[in-house]
Amino acid sequence: MSDLWYDLEAFLQQGTLGLVNGAFYAILSLGLAVIFGMLNVVNFAHGAQFMLGAFVAWMLLNWAGIGYWAALVVAPLIVGLLGVLIERTMIARLYKLDHLYGLLLTFGLALIIEGLVRNAFGSSGLPYRVPEAFRIPPVDLGYMLMPAYRFWIVVVSLIVCLGTWFAIEKTKLGSYLRAAVEKPQLVQAFGVNVPLMMTATYGAGVALAAFAGVLAAPVYSVNPAMGANFIIIVFAVVVIGGMGSILGSIVTGYILGVIEGFTRVYYPEASATVVFVIMAIVLLVRPTGLFGRA
Amino acid sequence: MTITRRTLLAGSLAGASLPLVTPLRHARAQAANTIRIGVLNDQSGLYRDLTGPGSTQAVRLAVQESGVTTRGINVEVAEADHQNKPDVGSTVVRQWLDRDGFDVIVDVPTSSVALAVNTLVRERNKVFLCSGAATSDLTGSACSPNTIHWTYDTWMLARGTGGAMVAAGGRTWFFITADYAFGHALERDVSNFVRAAGGEVLGSVRTPFPGTTDFSSFLVQAQRSRAQVIGLANAGGDTINSIKQAAEFGITRRGQRVAGLLVFISDVHALGLQTAQGLVLTATFYWDLNDNTREFTRRLGRMPNDVRPSMIHAGCYSAVLHYLKAVEAMGVAAAKASGVATVERMKAMETDDICFGKGTIRADGRKIHPAYLFEVKSPQESRYPWDYYKLLQTIPADQAFRPITEGGCPLVRT
Repeated sequence: MSDLWYDLEAFLQQGTLGLVNGAFYAILSLGLAVIFGMLNVVNFAHGAQFMLGAFVAWMLLNWAGIGYWAALVVAPLIVGLLGVLIERTMIARLYKLDHLYGLLLTFGLALIIEGLVRNAFGSSGLPYRVPEAFRIPPVDLGYMLMPAYRFWIVVVSLIVCLGTWFAIEKTKLGSYLRAAVEKPQLVQAFGVNVPLMMTATYGAGVALAAFAGVLAAPVYSVNPAMGANFIIIVFAVVVIGGMGSILGSIVTGYILGVIEGFTRVYYPEASATVVFVIMAIVLLVRPTGLFGRA
Repeated sequence: MTITRRTLLAGSLAGASLPLVTPLRHARAQAANTIRIGVLNDQSGLYRDLTGPGSTQAVRLAVQESGVTTRGINVEVAEADHQNKPDVGSTVVRQWLDRDGFDVIVDVPTSSVALAVNTLVRERNKVFLCSGAATSDLTGSACSPNTIHWTYDTWMLARGTGGAMVAAGGRTWFFITADYAFGHALERDVSNFVRAAGGEVLGSVRTPFPGTTDFSSFLVQAQRSRAQVIGLANAGGDTINSIKQAAEFGITRRGQRVAGLLVFISDVHALGLQTAQGLVLTATFYWDLNDNTREFTRRLGRMPNDVRPSMIHAGCYSAVLHYLKAVEAMGVAAAKASGVATVERMKAMETDDICFGKGTIRADGRKIHPAYLFEVKSPQESRYPWDYYKLLQTIPADQAFRPITEGGCPLVRT
């Protein structure tokens, strides 16, 4: 085996694995971008809601006997409804105030949710097995063995991301949404229920986070800190992609996952910080982010 | 006002550093016959279940069972969260020792924090009873006349799990190492063992700590090395994620073995027996080892989140029990006056408790007791909740820890 092939193999392996992490970054940053774009709220509770998705999936399985496939739909619904409740009772009261209040509120919520889950379940986490259908030997790609479930993550995240992008950019409902972002009063004058749309948007963004949480449950430890580990990176992804840019956050999510993967081979100690280095560079060169408009 | 990138960034930074506020129970006026015990550990992060509030519970049990409070000695127990950060831990310990008049610091998992506390306690001539941290440097290059390393260390883990793997034919190794003092020490100690047995270390990869969730990249690198054994020089949540993902990638099916070099009972619980079965691990305490350990578990009562006590919890109990015996023997005033004298006294007395049996404390501060090599049961073998381990081998006390002459501790006259 030549050295070149050996290097190329490592490159392909880490690129492929990076796509899987990128899939999580993409779904999470997409949810953040949707919420930010529509509500102008920086949703710091996003990581906690991601974690809740995984825990609800665990509860459904262990307490109600509801398996992975149903949980993929039910868990986001439950957590999404919780999001609706949070938006109606708390966040909706802050729209008229400085946006820092929304940030502080959601950050506080994240700490409370994580604390409650930690008190109830401890910090080590809970077991959640890969669903039956994927308990097959890893797929041989020629350059590596890839567990079937990780393929599923990449495929389903692409579908969800593109679906969300399509719904916002290409459908009538999406055009209402975008119009309401620009001129809420005018859109309301045309008879569109803007507050309802905002509530639904927040619920949908939260449901996206919970969906990612269910996807993550079989591969990462289901523990109270699982969201906190992700969320800071995901915020960097949103900043790099351009605030509120749907497509930007999706593309940036995948790209950064791949770059992080490469770092894990060539300079593993820096793999936790590389995203922030890129963020700093992007902010210097393109202050509005890669896909953002000034 | 629309939110600007600047406020978002400021918010992110605040988010990263905000949980620094640590509640402390302030001690009141100094009392000459009051011993103050500070339990410092991870109360909110990945090591919470194996140390955390359970350690405080074990310390309180030790205080109660020592009976010193009925003989006129007041004992106060406080706890704090060091968040696995040396700076946070140092701040708490400085406040405890300099302002609040604490006499002894207990537990302190996370080797980087423990090494910092080791120095602070020595400078102030107090006592450090380390149960949670693993680095064997605490009784080696960093040994202190004020510190006793109680429960386990990286050399013992290397001797136990590493030795068993080498004996089973694992001659080539690759390490996935948590990138801080503990991971480095564990990798070093296991590597020495492997090389001494004629084996070879093919490579290692350092993973950022804390905050690594996905270990697949590192596991694939380990796979590429074609080493017979992949040594996990990490702990807690990192070990759980590594083992879970190694199973997912089918690493063991291709003939490589995964060695969890430090595996706690809470980790096995979190993994589930389905994933964890067959793991070989070394510990100095298992709640279901014998009648005494079961009795300890019963006396301890219900633990947070219904976990069973880890060896770290048992070590906190055992250490404080012995400490209070020494305090009573020498008198509170003398104990408060000099940490070195207290530790000297503790070293002069034989230890004896239901968790570890009879034992001794060496001149370098190493507490000596047997270690046990366990294998995790399969779901079929497990008959009741937390019935997780079967005993493979008992490593006698005189072989379980690094020989005193090999640690390089300046306190030891050679």
